[in-house]
Amino acid sequence: MTRYDSLLDALGETPLVGLPRLSPRWDGDAPVRLWAKLEDRNPTGSVKDRAALYMIRHAEADGRLTPGCTILEPTSGNTGISLAMVAKLRGYGLVCVMPENTSVERRQLLEMFGARIIYSPAEGGSNEAVAVAKRLAAENPDWVMLYQYGNAANALAHYEGTGPEILRDLPTITHFVAGLGTTGTLMGAGRYLREKAPDVQVIAAEPRYGELVYGLRNIDEGFVPELYDDSVLTSRFSVTSYDALRRTRDLIEQEGIFAGISTGAILHAALAVADRVAAAGQRADIAFIFADGGWKYLSTGAYDGSLQHAAERLEGQLWA
Amino acid sequence: MAIEVKIPTILRSYTGGAKSVDSAGDTLSALLDNLDATHPGLKGRLITDDGGLHRFVNVYVNDEDVRFTGSLDTALKDGDSVTILPAVAGG
Repeated sequence: MTRYDSLLDALGETPLVGLPRLSPRWDGDAPVRLWAKLEDRNPTGSVKDRAALYMIRHAEADGRLTPGCTILEPTSGNTGISLAMVAKLRGYGLVCVMPENTSVERRQLLEMFGARIIYSPAEGGSNEAVAVAKRLAAENPDWVMLYQYGNAANALAHYEGTGPEILRDLPTITHFVAGLGTTGTLMGAGRYLREKAPDVQVIAAEPRYGELVYGLRNIDEGFVPELYDDSVLTSRFSVTSYDALRRTRDLIEQEGIFAGISTGAILHAALAVADRVAAAGQRADIAFIFADGGWKYLSTGAYDGSLQHAAERLEGQLWA
Repeated sequence: MAIEVKIPTILRSYTGGAKSVDSAGDTLSALLDNLDATHPGLKGRLITDDGGLHRFVNVYVNDEDVRFTGSLDTALKDGDSVTILPAVAGG
């Protein structure tokens, strides 16, 4: 059934698509296969639609959100766009606190949806956006901050949605790979998969940005999301802009799929694991999250010219 | 044995401003001891009093987080690259 009563009902149930050309061994006795969970097929084109809908529904259910409320959220973009869509359909206002070093497409989309954007300084990246949002929340007690970094409904969306969908479609799964930001996808889907298939390895790919983003004044200003529980993970990779971009180009050239930059980073980690398993002669079915398509990053120059130049243009940008 | 250690901006006061320094060690723990000998005080910013990695410090060997590869006991070999980064928010 592909008919839905509303856009929100069409959220989730995304396709899991094999990558026969990028996989180390697609056929044979010990295949090592990669599978992309195409989360760009969600209503606003990213995996964040799942968390946005869950966080809003849970806040409605527990009475924090009532008609006409204003939602406040620190976001580097995709969560903001997803919240803006759900907020529009459910009748809420939205204020996004967004680092100024995010792509122009994100700003344009948020404005189209009617969200108000408050910029936080580029230095310090999302850490600053979180700090500014917490200040605004204290100054505006009638605003409702959903706070994706610590909101259990964020992880629950993946525990009840993404995880079960993947296991149903790929019962032979051996590895799950996703991006590490709020950690919601990894904590939710990772917990579900480990409960149902205890041998599954859960692998995180986190973006490694330019130095500007790590511009803290001291180590104690660092940030670990409240949702994060490292016992859910089995390994964690830091992926440079260069490697992430390289994989977006591999995806286009070999599989015909146009990916966003964070998906390139996730694929890079997935391939690192795939190559290890293949070298050991073992079999694997590796599912990874295709977080969004490349459309929102065209203006950054990420897809133009040499990889080296493209990676340099991303220096100082938040791309996940 | 040379292992490149990438230093984040926030800790470059310990390396005379250098973005990366060479050091040596069979394990991450030994490497940090050697680093501290040449750049006194650096280890104290990475390791807490109880001997574990600081909560807001991430250390990667060849891009893999050492918390999942044996932490301070992670084995090192010639040509490895160690990256130290403060933990920052994503999303």
